[in-house]
Amino acid sequence: MIGMWTLFKKEILRFWRVGFQTVAAPVITGLLYLLIFSHALGSRVEVYPGVSYTAFLIPGLIMMSLLQNAFANSSSSLIQSKVMGNIVFLLLTPLSYREFFMAFLLASIIRGLVVGTCVWMVALFFVDLPMAQPLLILAFAVLGGGLLGTLGIIAGIWADKFDQMAAFQNFLIMPLSFLSGVFYSIHSLPPFWQTASHFNPFFYMIDGFRHGFFGQGDIAPEISLTVVGVSFLALSWLTLLLLRSGYKLRG
Amino acid sequence: MTPAIQIEQVHKSFGAFEALKGVDLTIEQGEFFALLGPNGAGKSTLINLLAGLIRPTRGTLKVMGHDVVADYQQARRLLGVVPQELVFDPFFNVREMLRFQAGYFGLGRKNDAWVDEVIARLGLTDKAHTNMRRLSGGMKRRALIAQALAHKPPVIVLDEPTAGVDVELRQMMWEFIKHLNRDGHTIILTTHYLEEAEALCSRVAMLKHGKVVALDSTRNLLKRIPGKNLRVRCVAAELPASLAPLVRAREDDAITFALTDAAQIEFVLAELRGAGIKVEDVEMQEVDLEDVFMEIVRL
Ligand SMILES: Nc1ncnc2c1ncn2[C@@H]1O[C@H](COP(=O)(O)OP(=O)(O)OP(=O)(O)O)[C@@H](O)[C@H]1O
Ligand SMILES: [Mg+2]
Repeated sequence: MIGMWTLFKKEILRFWRVGFQTVAAPVITGLLYLLIFSHALGSRVEVYPGVSYTAFLIPGLIMMSLLQNAFANSSSSLIQSKVMGNIVFLLLTPLSYREFFMAFLLASIIRGLVVGTCVWMVALFFVDLPMAQPLLILAFAVLGGGLLGTLGIIAGIWADKFDQMAAFQNFLIMPLSFLSGVFYSIHSLPPFWQTASHFNPFFYMIDGFRHGFFGQGDIAPEISLTVVGVSFLALSWLTLLLLRSGYKLRG
Repeated sequence: MTPAIQIEQVHKSFGAFEALKGVDLTIEQGEFFALLGPNGAGKSTLINLLAGLIRPTRGTLKVMGHDVVADYQQARRLLGVVPQELVFDPFFNVREMLRFQAGYFGLGRKNDAWVDEVIARLGLTDKAHTNMRRLSGGMKRRALIAQALAHKPPVIVLDEPTAGVDVELRQMMWEFIKHLNRDGHTIILTTHYLEEAEALCSRVAMLKHGKVVALDSTRNLLKRIPGKNLRVRCVAAELPASLAPLVRAREDDAITFALTDAAQIEFVLAELRGAGIKVEDVEMQEVDLEDVFMEIVRL
């Protein structure tokens, strides 16, 4: 237990020490999206009855920041320690692959929650945001952060170089998070893209999370919760298999 | 008593390349042991196998009786490894790193006193709060050694700990390591400074092309080469053919001859004089580990 706790604590400190880059910067990015999109579209679009576009946008932005930062935490820690070589300090220890996984996972979730909470607090200056189902909000935040934290571990194990990691981020994480309905309701899309969106797990995370605020969304939150939960479990299982096999970590 | 290290028929291949070809090695508890061999012999590969950083293709390795694969947690708790590469975590200072490292091994705050002792013994007290990134190369090496000792392992493996380290630290480090050895810790080291191995280690294994080619006490190895060395300082020149078989080493301004018999001194000097080579100085030397190494490994 002490071993896992120590690794968790180290992973938290690692991002907290450089909080300007890891927390403040993504909050500012989220805020910029908010200003630009609400200014450009705010007066013209009302996605749900009685919900302004700016209000609609905020949960999506919070979730997007949360997801991207959960991913960034585990993936950047692993790729850096692999490139620097200091990953040996972990590999020399009796930490089991489960403890290794749990520590990275929990730290990723925490980083996601911290960034998400900051974006939410800043957004409160701009608009009153309801909270119809707080537990649903929390469930999606934790599961979403866990899912992306896990994906970050997989990417960190797989990538050998920073550019491979950048490719993972630019060709997988970014498109999936932008095409997930952060900036629009998928009902406004042509049928093909509506169908395509249903294959994007990010769509369920964003929609379910937003449902927690407004009590309405594109699909039933139970379905979203199931999809997100099952994806999280499946990816965790895959990650544990990779870690147990020593893939790319123990030659 | 359970041996500190037990290696049986270990093979390790990287793709088609066989880095270790059936290594057998037993090291008893409390030994001060040297693992020697030319570059690429497989020393680090063997150490990485012990540490569980890589997995054997065949064979078994045990640390204090615990298999490094099947019983890896116990094996790793008992082992401290100083890696050959100078690696560090750029986010933390020395003391934080050492505490984390001990924490990974399940040790809590009670171990902090030991961490501070290690810091002091390696002359890092001034740098305890310095970020790892800002340490000089030699200081980073000290921190790397300290990290291997953070959990006070009974078996300590040092892979070229003195590469790039100044004389003062070498003295300080060996004093500390000898102290640990006297306290019962088993020490295994690799080094290319053979006089270090000769001075410190009671037993030596020599590795070449992934095989153990010699394994004996340092004393017995030194006895393998009878006689003494005659080192002659002279201006470089063409040597008479009669002396060629006796040459052990050549430097720019000196030649070392391997003698088995004191009578050969006169012969060597006479031949040199006969060839018109001006001798500036002569010196008799004991055979050292380097000579043995050359005989066994290089030939
Ligand atoms: N990961 C790897 N992949 C492929 N080949 C490797 C790998 N690690 C080591 N080797 C090869 O195995 C052989 C033994 O390497 P090793 O690092 O064990 O040598 P060494 O005895 O420690 O040498 P040195 O004194 O230079 O440190 C070398 O030929 C090396 O190129
Ligand atoms: Mg080596």
